[in-house]
Amino acid sequence: MSDVLATTIAGRPEESGRGEIGRRDFFNAIAAGAFGIAGLGALVVTYRYLLPNALFEPSMNFRAGTPDLYPLDSVTYMPDQQVYIVRTADGFYAVSAVCTHLGCNTQWKPEANLIACPCHGSKFKSDGTKVEGPAPRSLPHFAITLTPDGELLVDKLETIKPGQALRV
Amino acid sequence: MTTEEMLNRLRATRAWMSIFRRGPARTNRTRSLAIFGNVFLHLLPVKVREQSLRVRATYYLGTISFFMFVVLTLTGIFLMFYYHPAAPQAYLDMKDLRFVVSNGVFLRNMHRVAAHIMVIAVFWHMFHVFYRGGYRPPHEFNWAIGVVLLLLTLLLSYTGYLLPWDQLAFWAITVGTNILSSAPFVGPQLRYLLLGGNLVGENALLRFYVLHCVILPLLAALLIAVHFWRIRKDGGLTVGESNERDK
Repeated sequence: MSDVLATTIAGRPEESGRGEIGRRDFFNAIAAGAFGIAGLGALVVTYRYLLPNALFEPSMNFRAGTPDLYPLDSVTYMPDQQVYIVRTADGFYAVSAVCTHLGCNTQWKPEANLIACPCHGSKFKSDGTKVEGPAPRSLPHFAITLTPDGELLVDKLETIKPGQALRV
Repeated sequence: MTTEEMLNRLRATRAWMSIFRRGPARTNRTRSLAIFGNVFLHLLPVKVREQSLRVRATYYLGTISFFMFVVLTLTGIFLMFYYHPAAPQAYLDMKDLRFVVSNGVFLRNMHRVAAHIMVIAVFWHMFHVFYRGGYRPPHEFNWAIGVVLLLLTLLLSYTGYLLPWDQLAFWAITVGTNILSSAPFVGPQLRYLLLGGNLVGENALLRFYVLHCVILPLLAALLIAVHFWRIRKDGGLTVGESNERDK
């Protein structure tokens, strides 16, 4: 203790010209380093803890029934999946019904031939192309394929470029 | 024996002295000690200028905000006795509180109305303090604490919004968290962290419940304590000097 006191009173050793780090500074640095590393580690593991590994959310792909359920030039809303199944002369495509602005559910308005968002008034064509804001982007298209037993299969995890219609 | 004598005898007992650690508050010194020696009162100033007690000085807006916080804490605790933060039980519990539980609708509405009043009072308090110049030295630290308290008030309001688990709640939180995810770089990850998933589901409800009932109120209570204590440390309310300047 008297050494520490003497060091404190006489100033730091490096200031006294010996060019060495003092015992107190050494231990302070060790302690700060140890607490710093432990604190950082605690933050990282806490952050990781808060990110769930298993989600009990609805499946991101779904079967939409056989193609003959959808008449030519029709837009069909799948309320449980928030997807439009659109059939044109080119074939089938699946358009997201979730507005690209803030995630509201859009609605198909057959009388106006438009997809409209009730929250902030964005408008889209039936192929998802943006007509009017505030939505920043057009509605994305999801991958749509035919299962071996002849049903439409939509995968919401995979977005594809518009214009790639599924011919049946 | 008169009441005064009885009180004096009580104050002289060992039990009284062990709790209050002072005699009757008759002198300035013992009155000060009454404040300093009490963990609940030490936040308050020992002396208050008469000017700052006038209604026009503060309109009691800070007091109203704090009182609303107390009302919200008490009604909130009572609501917790009937509410399960799980889907779809949360919605059914909210309906039960309105139609089945005795006085449940009164408590729920009290919680709701007090929340509205608190947001209004906090904003009004801030405007009032701002126009009084309350952000100027030596009050600038307390002003910053107040800004954080405004943020906490709004976050408490927002997290409470999801708990009824109705359509309004679901879409408000969907829209709100999508605003969050538009933050550059970290936005989508923050949204995932806050919701505990990709959509507003059971995890989101539980997370908002914990934030609303534990984390945010504790933070708010802590900062409210600092806010009050700081008024004392900064030499009382701003009203005096502001009024002098006006003359």
